Amino acid sequence: MEKQSIDQLKQICSQVRRDCLRMVHAVQSGHPGAALGLTEYFVALYFNEMTHDSKFKMDGKGEDMFFLSNGHVSALWYSVLARSGYFSTEELETFRKLNSRLQGHPATHEGLPGIRIASGSLGQGLSVAIGVAQAKKIDEDDKLVYVMMGDGEQQEGQIWEAGMYAAHHKVDNLIAAIDYNGQQIDGPTLKVMDLKNLKAKWEAFGWDVIEVKKGNDIESVVNGLAKARGLTGKGKPVMILLYTEMGYGVDFMVGTHKWHGVAPSDAELENALGQLEETLGDY
Amino acid sequence: MEKTLDLKYTYTDKKDTRSGFGDGLLEAGRNNPNVVGLCADLIGSLKMGAFQKEFPERFFQVGIAEANMIGLAAGMAIGGKIPFTGTFANFSTGRVYDQIRQSVAYSDKNVKICASHAGLTLGEDGATHQILEDVGMMRMLPHMTVINPCDYNQTKAATLALVDHVGPAYLRFGRPVWPIFTPADQKFEIGKAWKMIEGKDVTIFATGHLVWEAVVAEAMLREEGIYAEVINIHTIKPFDEAAVLASIAKTGCAVSAEEHQINGGLGDSIAQSLARNNPAPLEYIGVLDSFGESGTPTQLLEKYGLNAENIVKAAKKAIARK
Repeated sequence: MEKQSIDQLKQICSQVRRDCLRMVHAVQSGHPGAALGLTEYFVALYFNEMTHDSKFKMDGKGEDMFFLSNGHVSALWYSVLARSGYFSTEELETFRKLNSRLQGHPATHEGLPGIRIASGSLGQGLSVAIGVAQAKKIDEDDKLVYVMMGDGEQQEGQIWEAGMYAAHHKVDNLIAAIDYNGQQIDGPTLKVMDLKNLKAKWEAFGWDVIEVKKGNDIESVVNGLAKARGLTGKGKPVMILLYTEMGYGVDFMVGTHKWHGVAPSDAELENALGQLEETLGDY
Repeated sequence: MEKTLDLKYTYTDKKDTRSGFGDGLLEAGRNNPNVVGLCADLIGSLKMGAFQKEFPERFFQVGIAEANMIGLAAGMAIGGKIPFTGTFANFSTGRVYDQIRQSVAYSDKNVKICASHAGLTLGEDGATHQILEDVGMMRMLPHMTVINPCDYNQTKAATLALVDHVGPAYLRFGRPVWPIFTPADQKFEIGKAWKMIEGKDVTIFATGHLVWEAVVAEAMLREEGIYAEVINIHTIKPFDEAAVLASIAKTGCAVSAEEHQINGGLGDSIAQSLARNNPAPLEYIGVLDSFGESGTPTQLLEKYGLNAENIVKAAKKAIARK
C-alpha cells in the first residue's frame, strides 16, 4: 500500500472511529475507550509506516509485522485491517457475533487475515513479537516487528521477563509501544497500581525509549514512528511511550476509564457519530 | 527380581529418557534447519548442550522466565521455525498454562513443549518439582498432542517424529536412568498405540516409565498362568481408541499405569472410552490424589503403588471383576 498523506490519514482516522463505535454499539459489547485512543497509531502504522501485504501470509517474510498484546482493542484492529484490504469492510458487521471471524478478542482460530496470534489474556504479546523478530534475524529478513501493549498491562510479570530478554539478546528489529493513557478497568493506573517512571524502567532494562507526547496527533505519531525506526538496528530494542487519551475524538468519552468496556446507547452513538465525519463510507 | 523373570523385552543398557530427547534434538537440528531450541536455564538437565554447541545461532537461552519462553516459541513458530522449548515438566505446564493455552494451543502454533523431570521418578527434589497433573492439563487443551515415551530410544524417536508433525505438542520425559528395552530403529507413529505383548486375560495400558513396570508385571503374571496384553500408549492425545477397544474386546478388562495423578491422565482417557463403548472393569495405577515427596525413584514408585507388583495386584483385581 502507498503511504498516505497526513490529510488522508486524518480522514481514515475519522472513519475508523466511526467503525469502532458502530461495531461496539451493534452488539452492545466491546471496548471503545482504548480503541478511540489508539486510532492514530494504528492508522499511521497500517497506512503509512509499515511495509505489508493485505494478501496475508502467516509467516510475514519480507514484511513488517504488527502484533497486538492488549487484545481488547480488537474493534480498532479489525476496522484498520478491513480498511487496508485484508478483508471486506462488510464483515465488520459480524463483530462479536456467533460464527464470526471477528471474535471479541483477536484469534487465529477462525482464520481472519491479518491476525497471527490470539491475544486478550494480557502480558503475552511482547514475548511473541520478540520471537518473531528473532525468527526474522535467523532468516536475514531486514523488516521490523511492531507490538502494542497497554499501560495497565505493564503490571503483568511476563512483560518484564520479555523486556530483559530482548535487551540481552539485542533484539533491535523490534518497536514496542505502550498505550500510555493512564487508565485501566478499575480506574486510573495511579490509583490501581502506580506504574511510576515507565521510561526509566525500560531504559534500565536496556531499551531505547522515545516518548510520543501527542499520541492523538497524527503528525506526531508518524514522526515518532520514523524516529523509532531510526533507532532500530543499533543493538537495542526500541520502546515508544505513546501518550494517548482514552475515548479521543468523542467529547463525552474522552479521558475517562468509564468507556473501557461499555457500549454507547442509541442516543450516545448518534451524538458520537455527529462528531466524526463519514469520510470513506460506513460499512 | 526381574532378572529371574522370563521377560518378553530385555535390556543391556540403561539411560535417562531426557538424553533421548537431547540426542533426538541434535539429530533433528542436523536434519532440519528450521529446528530451534529454547531453554530456561536448564541446558544440562534437559541435555540440550550438544544442540546449543552445534547450532548456537538456533539456540536461545531464556533464563528463568518460562512464560516468556512459551511466547517466544509461539513467535518463532509464526516465523516458520520449529521451536522446541525445554524446562522441567512443572515449569513447562502448570507455571505457563495460560501462555500455552492462548499463544500456542488456541493459536495453533507449531511449538514443541519438551518437559523433563516429570512424575515421581524425579526423586529427591520432592513434590515441588514432581508434577503429577501435567498430562491432565495438556490433554484438556484442544489442538494439543500429548506424548509420554517409555525409554531412551522411544523418546529419541518421538522427538524426531515431532519435527514433521505440524501443531502444538507436549513431550513428557524424565530424569532417572531407565532400562532401554525398545529398539533403536523404531518407527514412532504419533497417535498409534503399540501392542508390545499379546495376551488374553487382561490388558495393561501403560505410558512413560511405567511401560517397563508393565513388561515386568506381564512376566510375573505369566508365571501364575495369567496372560496379560501390554499396550504402550506413548501418545495420550490423540488417543488411539480403536486399539484400546480392540484389546478390551478380547481381554474384557484393563489396568491403566501411569506416573501421574489418577485424575485426568491416561486412565481417565481409557475410562471415558470404555464408558461410552464397552463398560469393562478398569483398575488405575497412578497417584491417588496426593503430592509426592523426596526419595529414590524406586522407593517412590513402591510407596505410591506404581511398580510392577502393584500392576500385578491390579490386574488380578480387574480380572476378578469381569
